[in-house]
Amino acid sequence: MAVAQSQSSGLARFWGGGIHPYGISHKKLGMWLFLASDSLTFAALIFGYAYLRNASHDWPRPFEFYPSIVVSTAMTFCLLTSSLTMVLAVHHSQHGDARKVVRWLVATMVGGLAFLILHANEWRELIQHGMTTRSNPWGDPMFGATFFTMTGLHMFHVLTGVLYLGYVALNHSRGKTEADSVEVCGLYWHFVDLVWMFIFPLVYLMSVSLGSATH
Amino acid sequence: MSTVHEHAAHVHVPPDNFMARWVFSKDHKVIGIQYWCLALAAVLVGMVLSLIIRAQLAFPTHNFELLSKIFPNGVAGGAIAPEFYLSMVTMHGTIMVFFVLTTAPMGGFGNYMLPIQIGARDMAFPTLNMLSFWVTFAGFLVIMAAFFVEGGAPLGGWTAYPPLSALGVIASPGQGTGMNLWIVSIAIFCVGSLLGALNFIATTLGLRTKGMSLMRMPLTVWAWFTTAVLALLSFPVLLGAGILLLLDRNAGTSFFIPGGLVVAGEQIDHRGGSPILWQHLFWFFGHPEVYIAILPGMGATSHILATFARKPVFGYRAMVFAIFAIGLLGFFVWGHHMFVSGMSPYTGLAFSLVTLAIGVPSAIKTINWLGTLWGGRIRPTTAMLWSLGFVSLFVSGGLGGIFLGQNAVDLYLHDTYFVVGHFHLIMGVAAIFGMFAATYYWFPKMFGRLLNEKMGKLHFILTFIGVNLIFIPMHGLGMIGHPRRYYDGSLYQFLGGTDGLHTLITWAAFFTVTAQLVFLINLVWGWSKGERAPDNPWDSTSLEWATTSPPPFENFEGDEPEVHHGPYEYSLPGSARDYVMQTDAPSRAPAQGG
Repeated sequence: MAVAQSQSSGLARFWGGGIHPYGISHKKLGMWLFLASDSLTFAALIFGYAYLRNASHDWPRPFEFYPSIVVSTAMTFCLLTSSLTMVLAVHHSQHGDARKVVRWLVATMVGGLAFLILHANEWRELIQHGMTTRSNPWGDPMFGATFFTMTGLHMFHVLTGVLYLGYVALNHSRGKTEADSVEVCGLYWHFVDLVWMFIFPLVYLMSVSLGSATH
Repeated sequence: MSTVHEHAAHVHVPPDNFMARWVFSKDHKVIGIQYWCLALAAVLVGMVLSLIIRAQLAFPTHNFELLSKIFPNGVAGGAIAPEFYLSMVTMHGTIMVFFVLTTAPMGGFGNYMLPIQIGARDMAFPTLNMLSFWVTFAGFLVIMAAFFVEGGAPLGGWTAYPPLSALGVIASPGQGTGMNLWIVSIAIFCVGSLLGALNFIATTLGLRTKGMSLMRMPLTVWAWFTTAVLALLSFPVLLGAGILLLLDRNAGTSFFIPGGLVVAGEQIDHRGGSPILWQHLFWFFGHPEVYIAILPGMGATSHILATFARKPVFGYRAMVFAIFAIGLLGFFVWGHHMFVSGMSPYTGLAFSLVTLAIGVPSAIKTINWLGTLWGGRIRPTTAMLWSLGFVSLFVSGGLGGIFLGQNAVDLYLHDTYFVVGHFHLIMGVAAIFGMFAATYYWFPKMFGRLLNEKMGKLHFILTFIGVNLIFIPMHGLGMIGHPRRYYDGSLYQFLGGTDGLHTLITWAAFFTVTAQLVFLINLVWGWSKGERAPDNPWDSTSLEWATTSPPPFENFEGDEPEVHHGPYEYSLPGSARDYVMQTDAPSRAPAQGG
């Protein structure tokens, strides 16, 4: 019983009501929960990729250092930079400088858009090389299917994120500066970057041919 | 910033616009009733489908004239086609699992009761709550549309196993548009559910009123909270799998389609995929889904047993941990649905051990329910009877799980009627009993009128006899070796002698469905003419009974209630009444949470 009593002290015992747990607002908690959920959607796709790739006997590694890795590195650079500008936007929102917030949000959008343009161009080139969801010139048809599905879902998230950033920036430029709306938006944006940090090595780096001599 | 301030700014007047008040309402109580009505509509459809299934199984040569008028293709000339039978099975399972067993306990009762039981004015995100319902409703419309499109409803089963579900019309007419609609409906449903789950979690963590510490929450709240965590983490996986299946069907990918497949004499132009991948993804969702269906029933049962045994819940703390343990273990057992898929026996052993481990928290719950009843002054109300029925069905259904959880035994019983009997008892009927218990218990609160107790008891007795007559014999059919999903057992010599059992089960099914008329009459009668319900008709302790029946807009007149007691303080020595409400003034010695 003594154990039970000591356990019931703290959060479980005394509750003043109306306290935000973990010191964060509902909106922020809601976004964290959504991201937990969304990460499992991506996890399902990544699991499917790993499963099929391991089961395959002719999984291709068609990506060359140039252009694939150079371009995808540039894309990674765009996204990571946009995370930095996002941090600056959040920083200025906490200091109530709406003008600077809008400026850094727009910079973040530019980073996201640059990523999208590079990515779309890469898709175009791969499709020109004959890679589709149904087949590709190099081997297992699931190479193209998994590539387009994973990067496609991620691209959809980036696009949504750019629109979301624009919405928050518009609100800020109109003087509607709701508490931590920038930070909640930032959580989403960093999550989208984080997902890319899984896709970049799993889809791009692991698809580089290490030279015919070694394999 | 703080919720206290937000609440103080609220005006306790509902919107006077009809649409905003009753249709696109943000009031969790209206949304709860909307979910509940959706589930009621869905369960009526699901029951009709089950009667068609049962009629075919017992009387395969019968001329179904009425059906042939409604479905001239599937029931041409009065004879049910095998494909039509399978589409009935598929739609029955899908509608029941998603739109009844997930919708009613969580969306219906959870939405209505959870905020009130923690002393909140509404959910954390009222607009999102409204969206969750309407998204779910759209999902229901889409799945219903599958009946009426060219080719009819899909026939891949509620588990939608590929390659059958991935190939399109070449597999069967219903696998064309109908199957696409199935996937779209389920994807929509996933979105609605995970948004709802997010809302439940944020509400439980953040909106509890003063004094409502975690260990003072009713077990119903713990159950809904855990259910929400399961839904939040399992539905997105089904969503991901659904997207892949949709791509396989419409974009030429082969996630779930292996190479070298020949269907209807035609070589399928796909390779590189694996049907087993779908099974992994599906059951990673599918097993937690079982607990999404039944955990709220467990919560309601604990709550109702304590109320009508006039005793505190035996082992409150153990009950909370048991709910958590069941939820957690539920994520690591999906492989027990796949014992015959050719998995390594070592993997099978691991899945088997974790599966059987769920027996421990389940037994804790059962023993604690019995402990709650032991020595109580039992009031045999209708809600109490349904809760006792829940415990009974949970035990008889759960024992079947001990057999199926061992891979050696499962190899024989897999895909037989033993499985059908097992999961219907435990996740179908037990969960439904939990919902009926909740309905009889909370109807006075939700609608301000009492249901007729005599009719409720009659409804219980008939249903309890009926469901046992349906599903216990199915275990026998399974042990004989009768596979599920066969549309006509009389075609197979090795199933000779099972037609007697099939006939019995079918008559029991018609009997049970007919008995539900008593419930419907009681609902309509109670809703329109029932005796006015007092605020606390059951002498219960939790916060929903501290407000009016039905509660006003934003749940409580004046300030939010302040909580001074645990949820189940019944028959405390030295107190004037045999129950202490959570809002009662603090006693001299501070009471323990449980």
